[in-house]
Amino acid sequence: MTNPSSVCVVGGGHNGLVCAIMLAKAGWHVTVLEARASLGGAIAPRTFAPGFQAPGLAHHYGQLHPKILKELGLSPKGGPPIDTIALDRSGDHATLGGTEASGNGLTSEDKKAYSAFKADYTAFAQALEPLLLNKPPRLKDMGRDDQWTLAKIGWSLRFGLGVPSMREFLRVGGANICDVLNEIFDNELIKGAIAADAVMGHHLGPRTPTSVLPFLLRTFSESHSGPTVSAHHGNHLASDLERIALSYGIELRTETKVERIRVVNERAAGVVLEGGESIDSDVVVSNVDAKSTFLTLTGACNLDAMFTHRISKTRTNGNVAKLHLGLSAAPQFEGLSAAQLQHRIVIAPDMRFVERAFNHAKYGEYSPHPIVDITIPSLRDPSLAPDGKHVMSISASFAPYKLKEGWDHGRAGFRKVLIDTIEPYVPGMEALIEAEEFLSPVDIENEYGIAGGHWHHGEMTIDQAFMMRPIHGTAQYDTPVKDLFLCGASAHPGGGVTGIPGWNAAKRILSLHQERG
Amino acid sequence: MNSRSRKEYDVVVIGAGHNGLTNAAFLAKSGLDVLVVEKNDHIGGATVSRELYSGWKYSNCSYVCSLFRPEIYQALDLGRHGLEVVPLQGGITFKQDGDFYGNYHHHEVRRREIARHSQRDADAVIRFDADLMKWCRLIRGLLMRTPPDPGTFKPRDFMELAFLLKKFYELSESQLYEFIRFFTMSIAEYLEEYFESDVVLAHYSGGSIIGTGLGVYSPGTAYVLLHHAMGDVDGSVGSWGFAKGGMGSVSGAIASAYQSFGGEIRTSAEVRSIDVQSGQAQGVVLDSGETIRARQVVSNLDVKRTYLGIMESKDLPDEVIKRAKNYKIRGSSGKLNIALDGMPEFPALPKGSPLTLGHMHFSDSLERLERAYDDWKDQRWSTDPYTDTLIPTQFDPSMAPPGKHMMTVFVQYCPADIEGGWTDEKRDAFGQTVIDQISEYSPNFKDLILHTEIRTPRELEAEVGLTEGNIFQGELTLDQLLFNRPFPGYAQYRGPVRNMYMCGSTTHPGGGVMGAPGVNAAREILKDLKRTDTTPEDFGDD
Repeated sequence: MTNPSSVCVVGGGHNGLVCAIMLAKAGWHVTVLEARASLGGAIAPRTFAPGFQAPGLAHHYGQLHPKILKELGLSPKGGPPIDTIALDRSGDHATLGGTEASGNGLTSEDKKAYSAFKADYTAFAQALEPLLLNKPPRLKDMGRDDQWTLAKIGWSLRFGLGVPSMREFLRVGGANICDVLNEIFDNELIKGAIAADAVMGHHLGPRTPTSVLPFLLRTFSESHSGPTVSAHHGNHLASDLERIALSYGIELRTETKVERIRVVNERAAGVVLEGGESIDSDVVVSNVDAKSTFLTLTGACNLDAMFTHRISKTRTNGNVAKLHLGLSAAPQFEGLSAAQLQHRIVIAPDMRFVERAFNHAKYGEYSPHPIVDITIPSLRDPSLAPDGKHVMSISASFAPYKLKEGWDHGRAGFRKVLIDTIEPYVPGMEALIEAEEFLSPVDIENEYGIAGGHWHHGEMTIDQAFMMRPIHGTAQYDTPVKDLFLCGASAHPGGGVTGIPGWNAAKRILSLHQERG
Repeated sequence: MNSRSRKEYDVVVIGAGHNGLTNAAFLAKSGLDVLVVEKNDHIGGATVSRELYSGWKYSNCSYVCSLFRPEIYQALDLGRHGLEVVPLQGGITFKQDGDFYGNYHHHEVRRREIARHSQRDADAVIRFDADLMKWCRLIRGLLMRTPPDPGTFKPRDFMELAFLLKKFYELSESQLYEFIRFFTMSIAEYLEEYFESDVVLAHYSGGSIIGTGLGVYSPGTAYVLLHHAMGDVDGSVGSWGFAKGGMGSVSGAIASAYQSFGGEIRTSAEVRSIDVQSGQAQGVVLDSGETIRARQVVSNLDVKRTYLGIMESKDLPDEVIKRAKNYKIRGSSGKLNIALDGMPEFPALPKGSPLTLGHMHFSDSLERLERAYDDWKDQRWSTDPYTDTLIPTQFDPSMAPPGKHMMTVFVQYCPADIEGGWTDEKRDAFGQTVIDQISEYSPNFKDLILHTEIRTPRELEAEVGLTEGNIFQGELTLDQLLFNRPFPGYAQYRGPVRNMYMCGSTTHPGGGVMGAPGVNAAREILKDLKRTDTTPEDFGDD
């Protein structure tokens, strides 16, 4: 690279910001273009009623990877790691922590099994680190860096895990989470809560083969520090990234919607904004999902027909709806202490419940008995609600993007289902509701510009993971259009608040430019 | 009796299924003194022809023949031993609206038929066929090989891994990724990349759920297409065939070849246990109390029956017992064998249509197929099942009296465990569900029924000895394939005690009337005994 290059980053989500900062650190001239009013994308807080603020999409998540935190000069933020409280119909709720489980209904075998399970799966997840923290190696014509990555993965599995664990890893890697949990646990409540974590955000049921993989990826992102409630911490991550970005002289433009990526002579030459303004740059990086990037922003006319076909066939239909409630007082969950309410609360009493909830999604129906994942962020950060009042954030599955009856019609029904699901645990909850907002996957698509409203910018099953994410041929962050790159969750290693796609993409862009001189 | 029990065989094979017999045949061919013991009064396991209604022969378990390896056919000269396979062509899916999709054998006719449902699908089918044939050729070369163990440093495992890598490296880069995707996708999603018409999607995806506890949207079902496409009859890849005289002719011919090499078979001889002393298999003990001594013991049974049934836990490592308990073997299929007074009419078809000669199905959408699976997950038989229905007497009149017909109906799904357990009444109600479905498309069908044999997983388990009635001796999912089949570390046909082997579908490459597990196990045994390898090499790309 002779002269510092200019780059437009389309989308100011956390991955876009991480990528922007890395490039700015290398001396590039960076402009971030964000369509919404605030930066941070899915982690940005949103005001849904006067005085009430809710976490956007992600209401709890792990820290950015320590390597990225270090690179950005950030220290780990947020409150202490949270536990998962699995609600039990008869009141014997279980608390599932980072390493230990507790609760009246749990036997000592259950607790032992839980600790062993967490240790094993954390080890499995961390064994994947060399794969996740690098661009996915190509399987043919690989460069030295790809060979090195493969060697590190082999080493990590064979010697990091050791032979017995490696054998087990190779077996469960393609298995379904239902079988795995049945082998390990007797306790239905534990199985239900873990299975819910595995399938949440995906189009999967516990019995769907390969449902272990998304669980491993989730475990990876939570393995460096437990997940935290994104109240407080979320605001800080988005604003921290913004502060660092500004300190490197990055130009941050919000409420600036990119209409298309300008392609000249088969290379990206900049972007055209809504309203007609055109910005030239040497490189364009898209934090937007792959479908929108290629089919909407780049346009099929600039792409190979088969490539376009394959992109359009990627599975990106979301399954999570979000309900934000402004409550006049703190809700009382039967059998939970005030301290416990600061954690996340999950309704998924057993695996059959989770599987049945999924059945409906296959036919374009919402679950009549959905999985519900609740946080009450205002308990940690009172500034999110007016004095004495509270915010409840609810993620619920399954709420398929392609609802047969349509979301205009279905939203009232699913909202009622959610309240009816929670009410038995929080008697009188309906009466507490002062303000509310319901986001279906279609709303999420419109609000956040994610095709299909998919949390992870696309299913994270094996056929859409690693060197096949989002599709093969554009899995190493570069795309068929020269100087156009992907840096969002539709790139390897996918969704979750990890910052890794943005980080990997930046490394890739810089090394390609170094090669070209 | 006593004189016989004093004799020591070189090998005793437990179970006279087609894999047990194949295994025994190659061992006997190398000059070993082999005995096959079988619990039933007839041989064949799940490859049998049985006369359960006077004048009719039922292939009452497996019912078509395609995957059986031609290498074995040739090496054992099965033609000379009476095995004749008649190619069977085409197939049909009836639609609820009175129309149908006819899967004609001739590709041009088939393309015109697809175009009737969707012009785009007719274009896509060319691409689809070409892609599928590519995977077939690749995978066929792996069937007759012992999977490598990624957990060892042995040279042969390295060599085998290197062989596989080399094989895969013949693919282009994008083909490599497509191959991985093919193995990890669901059949529905895979087909949706090619087709849009509901009935075409349903027709091609049905085969992928046969025998499995999976739905059309379950990842890992796409590759099962190969099980239907990679077989061959008379060198014609992808064809299916009927064994003349029923599937019993397959086991009969292998047994005949085996006996021509001097092998012995004893029926009505159920094994109570494998005799293990100081970590070494010594023979078997029969239910009668008789002991049969043998230097090697080979089990054709699935791992649950072998390790949890006829072996003592004290003889086995804890690891193996745990793995056997956790082994996924899910009963999901039922079967109806029906004696008919005449040929049923299907008013949707033109008179004399050749389409009834092939596989007939009555599920015309992915949603109906998936809902059938949901019933199974909830421990009910499918109220709207997927069936693979054939009338083999159209080809092979030897299976029924003149003018009469025999119909075989394979039914997906039928759980091994249903709410409250199976009873004879529930079995009959299950059968009625299937008969009702067929008669919606064939008004005179019910009147033609002379006799029906209904088999749920309960009957399959009790009679054939397949745990839960699972026709593949274990689910064919990624966690139980290749070096994971049956368990990690035990995928090379050797059991956990010395001189003991596994040779059933429970081992690589799994189920189907293929014979490959039996051959692979024989090769390993002969290697351990340092004898000449009598097993055939795979034909590879043909």
